[in-house]
Amino acid sequence: MTVYLIKRIAMAVLVIVLVMVLLALLVHLVPGDPAKIILRQRATPQLIAQVRAEMGLNKSILAQVWDFVIGALQGNLGTDFVSQAPVSSLIAQALPDTFILAFTSMILSVLVGVPLGVFVASRPNGLLDRTIGAISMVLISALPYVFSLGLLLIFAVHWHLLPALGTGSPSSPGDYLRHLILPAIALAIPWWGYIPRLVRASMLEVLGSNYIRTARSLGFRERTIFYKYAFKNALVPVAALFGLMLGYSLAGTIYAETIFGRSGLGSLALGAIADRNWPVIRGTVLIYALFYIFGNLVSDLSYRFLDPRIRVEKGVEVPV
Amino acid sequence: MAITVEAESARRAFLDRFSRRSSVLRELVRRPTGLAGLSIVVLALLVALLAPVIAPHDPNAINLTQRFQGPSLRHLLGTDELGRDVFSRVLFGTRIAIEIAVPAVVMAFVVGIFVGMTAGYASGWLDKLLVVVLDTLLSFPALILALALLTLLGASLLNTTIVIALAFAPYYGRLARAQALAVKQNTYVKAERALGAGRLRIISVHLLPNIIPPLVILMSMDVPGAIGTEAGLAFLGLGVQPPTPDWGVMMSDGFINLGVSPWALLAPLMAIVVVTASFTMLGETLRDIADPRLKGALVRRGRLRSWRLR
Repeated sequence: MTVYLIKRIAMAVLVIVLVMVLLALLVHLVPGDPAKIILRQRATPQLIAQVRAEMGLNKSILAQVWDFVIGALQGNLGTDFVSQAPVSSLIAQALPDTFILAFTSMILSVLVGVPLGVFVASRPNGLLDRTIGAISMVLISALPYVFSLGLLLIFAVHWHLLPALGTGSPSSPGDYLRHLILPAIALAIPWWGYIPRLVRASMLEVLGSNYIRTARSLGFRERTIFYKYAFKNALVPVAALFGLMLGYSLAGTIYAETIFGRSGLGSLALGAIADRNWPVIRGTVLIYALFYIFGNLVSDLSYRFLDPRIRVEKGVEVPV
Repeated sequence: MAITVEAESARRAFLDRFSRRSSVLRELVRRPTGLAGLSIVVLALLVALLAPVIAPHDPNAINLTQRFQGPSLRHLLGTDELGRDVFSRVLFGTRIAIEIAVPAVVMAFVVGIFVGMTAGYASGWLDKLLVVVLDTLLSFPALILALALLTLLGASLLNTTIVIALAFAPYYGRLARAQALAVKQNTYVKAERALGAGRLRIISVHLLPNIIPPLVILMSMDVPGAIGTEAGLAFLGLGVQPPTPDWGVMMSDGFINLGVSPWALLAPLMAIVVVTASFTMLGETLRDIADPRLKGALVRRGRLRSWRLR
């Protein structure tokens, strides 16, 4: 286990460094003058010179990669072309709003998804089971912006029940919460199609296994079997999913932030894209990647810790 | 390991079932989700093909006297902020969506198979190197990777296709590698190698035919993700550019004018929901037919994969 743990973490660290190298190289992978590619329609001789100087584009590519990776490891992601502020402090300002949104939506996903899955597993092929099976196709295949736009139309524009735009002021928790409801639900809805199916599948798998048959033959009550044995085991994939959800939910917040006009990492990135402000874009992309890698790591490790059977296998490949 | 075993059993079951081709279609049509998915997908393909013939109006014809109209007999889904016919634009949007999504997924499939199979077959340092490269590409949520690449490449239809393909390819690479590893272990492959068969023969006769079928199912399940991503990128202003009649462009225009008239936003939104859901239904039913035991397994991967794009 320890060997696996060390290997897996070492792999994550290696990937993080490679991600940084890739991000440093990215402007050079596109044919043309990097400064012009970065600025595109905003390119004036003066700005080109400024970008070249600030990003060290006159140095050798190797030196640029080295500077960026070492800087990033020290928490220095370069300076914003426009405001001259350090990129890391811009990100630090934007991160809390994005995080709160992502976590709230994850918690909502699980709070609704798991009970629904358990209920459906207790009555397989019942009416609700079939309904959810059909609806989940729509929920699973639709992207988060579909629900963000839909909820915005219904609750904010049509019924005026909840505020449509903005993050709300952090100083008044009630206002902040009211602004959080719609985007968080919009990001959670796709998971309401996915988690019940996951829980249902793993519950039914456990319920069909030999040890449950043994428990039945020993005369345990059906309720005990269902909740104590089946439910506990069925939660393993959900727990592992939680790590993966972190990365996916963070990416989903980009749409939610745009649609609901919230501040956060996504708005920061999109604003920077509009300004062609490459250091900020690169910095935010790196942060998304870091959390994504971290989420995958947590997911893999929790799987290994929670399910002893996986530990037994040797030379196991890390499931994606 | 988990993936390898899963992929191997999927492959076997797939080959068993799909050797009788006509029965696949029959089984597909027998299931309600399969029938619904198949018919809407076929309908969408027809609309994409025949858009210029069936569209009642020119999708880009501006008529400033007819702005923001609700649905009527003349304009089935109303008009947008420039008086363009929303229904015609949605029909043409089907064409753009499929024009981008299908080639993107096929490109991802081809690149992924090539890289994944090379890694799985070669093993050793080349395998390790390719796995690290794939893992690095997999550590970006694909939407983010697509955003960064499009910023540098410039937004256009072709670039959107390439970027979506690049973002999807590592998943195929991973799966193709796992499959190649599994197939390589089979006795008949080892026997063939012992008989002196070259690499090319083993790859083309044994690996490819065994690897492709399960990935084809994955492809049909990836099309909705690609359609959604394409529209999402256009919505964020980074994909296909206005005035192209694209669902994402329409959503972005409709979103700005949300307060005046919801139709220009609702119409492309519904089109995306219906088309992506029908592709998912088709893909999932195909997967169920191929191997009922896998219910949920590949979906899990397909789902998370498309999600990563968002």
